[in-house]
This record gives sequence, structure tokens and C-alpha cells, in this order.
Amino acid sequence: MKPLLHIALKSAWNRRLTLGLTLLAITLSVTLLLSVERIRQAARDGFAQSVSGADLIVGARGSPLQLVLYAVFNVGEASNNVGWQSYQAIAADPAVAWSVPLALGDSHRGFPVLGTTPAYFDHYRYGERQPLRFTAGQPFNGLFDAVIGAEVAAKLGYQLGESITLSHGSGPLPGLAHADKPFTVVGILAPTGTPVDRRVHVSLAAIEAIHLDWQGGAPIPGVAIPADMVSKFDLQPKTITAFLLGLHQRSAVFRLQRKIADYRGEPLLAVLPGVALDQLWQTVGVVEKALLGISWLVFAVGLAGLAAVMLASLNERRRELAVLRSVGAGPRHIVFLLVLESLFVTLLGVALSLAVVSVAAWLGGPWLAARFGLSTLPLAVSPGELRLLAGIFAASLLVSLWPAWRAYRLSLADGLIPRL
Amino acid sequence: MSTPALLVRDLEFRWPGDDSFCLRLPNLAVNRKNSLFLYGPSGCGKSTLLNLIGGVLVPQAGHIELLDQPFSQLSASRRDAFRADHLGFIFQQFNLIPYLSVLDNVLLPCRFSAQRAKRVGEPEAEARRLLAALDLDPALLGRPAAELSVGQQQRVAAARALIGQPEILIADEPTSALDAERQAAFVELLLSEARRAGSAVVFVSHDLRLATHFDHSLALAP
Repeated sequence: MKPLLHIALKSAWNRRLTLGLTLLAITLSVTLLLSVERIRQAARDGFAQSVSGADLIVGARGSPLQLVLYAVFNVGEASNNVGWQSYQAIAADPAVAWSVPLALGDSHRGFPVLGTTPAYFDHYRYGERQPLRFTAGQPFNGLFDAVIGAEVAAKLGYQLGESITLSHGSGPLPGLAHADKPFTVVGILAPTGTPVDRRVHVSLAAIEAIHLDWQGGAPIPGVAIPADMVSKFDLQPKTITAFLLGLHQRSAVFRLQRKIADYRGEPLLAVLPGVALDQLWQTVGVVEKALLGISWLVFAVGLAGLAAVMLASLNERRRELAVLRSVGAGPRHIVFLLVLESLFVTLLGVALSLAVVSVAAWLGGPWLAARFGLSTLPLAVSPGELRLLAGIFAASLLVSLWPAWRAYRLSLADGLIPRL
Repeated sequence: MSTPALLVRDLEFRWPGDDSFCLRLPNLAVNRKNSLFLYGPSGCGKSTLLNLIGGVLVPQAGHIELLDQPFSQLSASRRDAFRADHLGFIFQQFNLIPYLSVLDNVLLPCRFSAQRAKRVGEPEAEARRLLAALDLDPALLGRPAAELSVGQQQRVAAARALIGQPEILIADEPTSALDAERQAAFVELLLSEARRAGSAVVFVSHDLRLATHFDHSLALAP
């Protein structure tokens, strides 16, 4: 088979234009396949790590999925709130290392407002347990201080010191603004690629303060409490929407989860964020599967192109094959020659795409991670990717057998003298 | 002492599914180092016979012996190997692989047959010697075969057929693409190199004027 290697290379070089275009098609389709696979992995990991520091998310009893949706992604609303007493009772459990209360419900120009405590900035983790970082300013301190996420700052063009007003509910309905109590931006967070980027963070007391003269979701007619008077009121919240818990020891998580489920004060629910996020991914994962499916189709198109080029070239190569037979090549040599050529093109295509994907991950990975909340794109080939590459290799081997078989038939029929 | 290089007995071949054509050859023998002119007008089954002698086809009846070996009874891959080791072919045209250089084309048999490579010793030097003996400009050696004229290509094909001293040389109308005065010169060159290599020659042509150059001649029945 050794003499054929030299001939195969020369022959391929002789048809370098068509084979080059085929190589391009294969490279692009394999690059697409590999990128989708890597981004899919990274998106999944990133998604599952939207909250990575907390051991439990606690809210009113209901669907675990709904709890994750509103507490982590600010999507939908809580069916019920959690009493402040319940929060304090559970946060005081000896197994609990830290707790972060979350109060949702207001918004600022479409971005959700989150009432919380400064502990949020210390304990919130995302991705590979990365803490939140400030690009400017610091956590809120005063009553009407606000810390905004990176996307809020970028979209609305806010700097430190900007004065903003919050609206009640999730939409900017006129007349339902807390215009009388403006906030000052004192901190801007670095991009995380998680829902944190879209949040406006204020203190729990501030949430309480802007709702002092409200009742049942609307301002109380004839009552207006000016901003400088609110500090005379008790700003201890009565309810919150949900809270995050961090434990001293992870092993205590199931015991505490049961304990919260059995809490007598009110019906509560505690979920493990990783598990719930994984479940949620199952439901949105259809998109990911569709993408992968489309990539396979594109790869199939690439392979079909390869087969078409190989088959089309056979007619002009009949004389070449007959010459090879006359100097002693058998039909198996002819098959080998064609399979070798297809495999060479596919392997080169795969190698090129691996290079493209790796360079892209290396150059664009950090940006993608920050922008879209992907976990860091892997540079090395994962076991899943190896399986994918094996699949690609097997598929191209299978496809290359078709022109090879046709060449085999042709060379048997032509013998030493092709009848053209 | 003179054993046959090629022996055909009671040969019968018919394409499967086609009863209209049947090649019959009761007796054909070519001794070693001899040359035979085989007169074959077109349509007489010439290329079928060459495919049979080359071992690409097998006869339904009768047998072909090459160098005392029951050639047509060997397995397909043994026949391929035998062809590589002991046979040289020149065809009417399109003998060369167009993208390989002249030198690489001549060296092809040595790549497929270790025996021929061994017999030559220095394949590249022998290729250069053969090409020079066949009157090919040494400046053409590195050129792709596709750039050569038909006459030059036929001489390269002759060098390729003869390299490694195969016992049998089969030439299928190698001169039909050449003009008349060059045909005789080509045949003479071919035969003298074949004598030097010790090859038996089977030369198939429809041009009876060339028959005088050969030891024997025979007409294929139409």
C-alpha cells in the first residue's frame, strides 16, 4: 500500500482546487459542529452555575421550577411571599453559615429591582464560584443607594452618581413610579453573564421605604411621605420574596431542606439550585438539541459534497486507474486509494476545525463568558467531543466507501483498457 | 532450452450475458526472448485478449500459462502481483499518469514490485538510462507527463514497461498515434531495449507493414 501514498498525495494535489473547496466545506461544517458542541457544553455549565455559591434557595411552597425562575432569573412572580420571622428563624439554624434575603417586585425601566442586604455582595457566587466584582463604586450603604448590574449600566448609560427612580411592578407604567424617592447609583458590577447583570440592587429597607405610603399595590390617596421623613418609620420588612442559604457543611443540605419543608410557621420550599437548574435546562435543552441536529445536517451536506466530488472525478480518473492496474495494482489498491483520499480530506478538515475552534475559544472565550454567561470555553478536547470526532470519522469513512466501491466496479469493468 | 514465456491453449472467453461475442484462441506460444507480431484488425477481441493475458479477466475454458505458471488459475491478487513482477504494458495512448513526472511514471513498476526494483538495483539511474536509450530529452524528466507530446509519451511508456526487465512485454498498437516514418524507428528502439532486458515481446497491431521487424507473426481470427 506504500506506493499508493505517494500517488494519492500527488493525485490529490493535481485536483487541489475541487478538493480544496471540499476541504473548506468539511472544515466549516466540522467547525460548526464542534463550536455548537462546545458552546452547548459551556452554556449548560454556565446555566447550571447561574447561582453557584448558595446551597439552598428558599421560597413559598409551590413549584421548584417557578421558585428558581423568579428567584434566580427574575422571570414570573412568586405566588406567595415569605414572612420575615420565618426567614430569621431559618437563618438562625446552626447549620446556616450565611443567608441573603431577596425582595422582588419593583423595576427600573424594565430591569428588575432586587431588595437585599450587603451580604449579597459577599456571598453571591456564579460560574466557577466567582464572586461579584465592582467595576466602579461599592455596595449600597445609605437608604437610597443603588448598585446596578453591568447590562443596566451599559444599556442605560449610567455612571456613578446617576439619580434613578424605581417603578412599581415590572412595567414602567406612568403614575406607578416611586418618583418621589429617587435613588443614587453608588456601585456598578462587573459583567457576569448571569441575571445579576440585569438587576438594580437596593437595600431591603429601601424597598420598605418606597412602599410606606402604598397599599395593595397602589399609592394610598392623600398620603405622601417625603423621602427625608422615612427614616422615622420602622423599615424592617414584613415579608421577602425568597432567600439564599449557605451552609457550614454541604452534607447538612438535605437535613435542612427537610426541616424547611416541615417548617410550621408557613408552607415553605427549599431547592438545591444545581438540581433545579439542571431540570430547567432539560426543558430549554430542546433548542440545544435542535442546534446540534442542524449542525449534523450541515456536516452531512459537507460529506455529500465530498462524495459528489469524488464520484465526479472518477470518470476522468478511469485512465489513471487503468494505468495503475497495468503496473500491478489490484482492485483493493484502487479502493484503498479512494478511501485514503476521502479520509485525508476529512482528517485534514477535522484538524483544521479543531485549530479554528481552539483559537476561537482562546481568543473569544473570555468575552463570550462575560457577555453570554457561558462558563469558560474549554481549550482541550473533552470526552464528549472525542465521541463526536469518532462519529465524524466513522461517517466520513462510510461515505468514502461509496465512491471507492464505484471505482472498484469501474476498474473491474475497464480492466487495462478503459473504453471511453 | 527455449521454454515458452507465454502459452495459450484452447482459450475461450465470453462476456457474461452477451452471447454475440466469443473469443477463441486454440494455440498461441511465445518463447522467452522472442518477439511475436499479432495482427489484429479492430473488433477481433484484441483488448479482451490483452486483459486475459494481463490477468484482469479469466477465461471460461482453456488456460494461459506465463513463465510456466498456470497464470489463469491463480487467485486475483496473485495475478495482480504476477503482473507487477513479470509483465510490462504499452498501450495505444494515455499510458501515463498525467500529474506524475516523467521519472515517477517510469518508476511506477518498481514501486509496485519489489522484485523489479531489486533486479534494477538503482531504479532511478536505470530509468534515466532507459529514457536516454529511447531518445528522450533528459530535460523532460522532471516535467509532468501531461506536458509531453504523444511521441514522447509513448517512449516514456516504453521505458516504464521495460524497467526492471520483465520477462514479458505486451504492446498494444503503441505506434498508431505516431507518424509513419517514426513508427519503424520506435519499434526498432523498443525491440532492441527488449532484447537487452531479455523480454519476450507480444506486439499487437493492425499495421502489417511492421510485421517484418518481428521473429514471428500471427493473425488473430476476426
